[in-house]
Amino acid sequence: MMNLYGDRGNVISIQKRCEWRGIPVEVVDVRLGESIHPTGCDIFLFGGGQDREQALLADDLSGSKGADLRSISAAGGVVLGVCGGYQLMGSHYETADGEKLPGVGIFDLHTEPRKPDEERLIGNVLVRIPLEDGSRGEIVGFENHGGRTRLDGAAPLGEVVSGFGNNGEDGTEGARKMNTYGTYLHGSLLPKNPWFTDRLIETAIKRTDDTFELEPLDDGVEKSAFESVSARVRRG
Amino acid sequence: MANALQNVRLFVAILAARSAQLASRALRAGGGSTMPGVVSRRVDPTVLTKLSKRLPGGAAAITGTNGKTTTARMVSHILRTANVKAVNNSTGANLVTGVTAALVADSTISGNPRSEVALFEVDEASVPKVAAEAELKLLAVLNLFRDQLDRYGELAYLGKVIASSFGDLPSDGSVLLNADDPLVASLGREARKAVYFGVEDSSLDMGRLQHVADSKSCPVCGVDLKYGAVYMGHVGTYDCPNCDFTGPDTAYRATSVRFDGAKATSFALSAPDGEMEMKIQLPGLYNVYNALAAAAVASEMGVALEDIKRGLEGFGGAFGRVERIQAGEKEAFLLLIKNPVGFNEILRTFVAGETSGAKHVLIAINDNDADGRDVSWLWDVDFEMLAESEAPREPFTVSGIRAGDMAVRLKYADLPVGDVVPDRGKAIKAALEATPPGETLYVLPTYTAMLEIRRTLSDLGHTHPFWEDE
Repeated sequence: MMNLYGDRGNVISIQKRCEWRGIPVEVVDVRLGESIHPTGCDIFLFGGGQDREQALLADDLSGSKGADLRSISAAGGVVLGVCGGYQLMGSHYETADGEKLPGVGIFDLHTEPRKPDEERLIGNVLVRIPLEDGSRGEIVGFENHGGRTRLDGAAPLGEVVSGFGNNGEDGTEGARKMNTYGTYLHGSLLPKNPWFTDRLIETAIKRTDDTFELEPLDDGVEKSAFESVSARVRRG
Repeated sequence: MANALQNVRLFVAILAARSAQLASRALRAGGGSTMPGVVSRRVDPTVLTKLSKRLPGGAAAITGTNGKTTTARMVSHILRTANVKAVNNSTGANLVTGVTAALVADSTISGNPRSEVALFEVDEASVPKVAAEAELKLLAVLNLFRDQLDRYGELAYLGKVIASSFGDLPSDGSVLLNADDPLVASLGREARKAVYFGVEDSSLDMGRLQHVADSKSCPVCGVDLKYGAVYMGHVGTYDCPNCDFTGPDTAYRATSVRFDGAKATSFALSAPDGEMEMKIQLPGLYNVYNALAAAAVASEMGVALEDIKRGLEGFGGAFGRVERIQAGEKEAFLLLIKNPVGFNEILRTFVAGETSGAKHVLIAINDNDADGRDVSWLWDVDFEMLAESEAPREPFTVSGIRAGDMAVRLKYADLPVGDVVPDRGKAIKAALEATPPGETLYVLPTYTAMLEIRRTLSDLGHTHPFWEDE
């Protein structure tokens, strides 16, 4: 598993859910200036930061590092970008100062700064995700972003049940392309949404062993955390 | 026979104090912290002497115009770090009745203190009474400044009052004095054994005596003192041009004082046991004096320099507000959680330690505006350190609006999850019930959760809480 400037809760979540099932995990932290190639990694977590750090990351990703990430995604690799990481997975990202940062270009979307009369989009979010079998899964998290993301053809990750999502206007949240996901949800995202975590793990392992099936875990603690937050979000 | 009678009287005194405490709780009378002292002293006037003699490590008292509360709390913190169980009186109860009440509350019904040592903060004018009754192994005098209300008239007279108590200290008792305060330092002439502390740093010299300087004349002969350096008020380095009075040699010294903004201060501490760099999370020279005095008191009580350093450095800033509330036979120790750094420090100091490890812990996480609405930061707290520590402890009880998130966090640190009780009031009640008598419940709440828990404790009638602010 590769961690690029990521959120510790997401890293711990994947790590523990593998360990509890006897699946060995190695976490490789990749920092500014460090290459992600060759990787040997099965899952890529991609975090982000404030405008200043975003500029550093954009610069860091402008060369072969971004190209590597793009080809990993195109080959069906499992990638999760959260908040600033998600924004940088689009075509471009404009900071509050009007600086246009190039994105990695995995998703066909872009992010604009908030207008002077607009607020930051902050709060708990509940999102419904359409699944392959026609059912829907729900995830909860916390969002805190000034930037408004506009989908220019990219498929959304899901629809907002409560909260703001990509821009607070069109009801979409995040983006998805094959096994690459982008979302504004942190809080941290994965610990409270174990089914989504397991999906990342299972997809990653199935790429090399398509007979693989994840052993179920007792998720009572996670489920009640999800329930209490989602009940609160629904109440508004 | 006489001895047996004495014990009966002590027993009745403690019993009376207990019922007085219950009664004042039931009546919701404020200031319940001195009432049991008054009642028990009426039944057995020697209660303070009897109980303080039974303290294995003896009693120490801190007096002075400024800083006695902070200094006493610093010493308490050091003792806790060193795993020495100490009984304290509270700020509002620093007369002989308050001191008695604290010891009575700490004692078993048969009259044995549960603590190893006692540490009292004593009002300057009450020193003779406390010294006459309590077996003070150590009496520390921090400074004597003119009080706003000039309660005691002349400072020199107050100095005499304090010095009059020195004869009542046990034969192995000593006084600890601020060498830089001429009046306080001069009291050492009346003591059997005097130990001095002071600051030595010419860069702190303000160049001239402040307008408020109180005792700039020689306390021995009355001639104006000649100052080498003035640190604050009348405190500094000095000589008498007329008689032999001069600043005494110090056993505990702070040098190389550096002020790191408004939050932290560092200095080099030199003590009989050795030297050490100290970085305290408090601003100002007065806190250097407090920390120096606290280090000296702790060292004189036998605490090792390493523990003194850990205790002093962990005091204040990093923890923010800290509060101990006596809850009947149990104690609730509230440690406000403000951020991951503070949370880590609390875990490292109170929970992870194998000897000082907290056994009963309640964590309450709210996500109101004052707490921070985003609880992602819980994932930056290093709970994993606890999974590695061998300290025996019960599974943590978790509470708060985000009890669920906290429970998940513990699970992913491979820690057992105890009861999950989102309601703060119910959680503190249940956690206190589960804490055995004589033991301490550590409560780690975010800001609004702390307010709710304090309210519940207060509704339950537990000792009126007071703050230990930074």
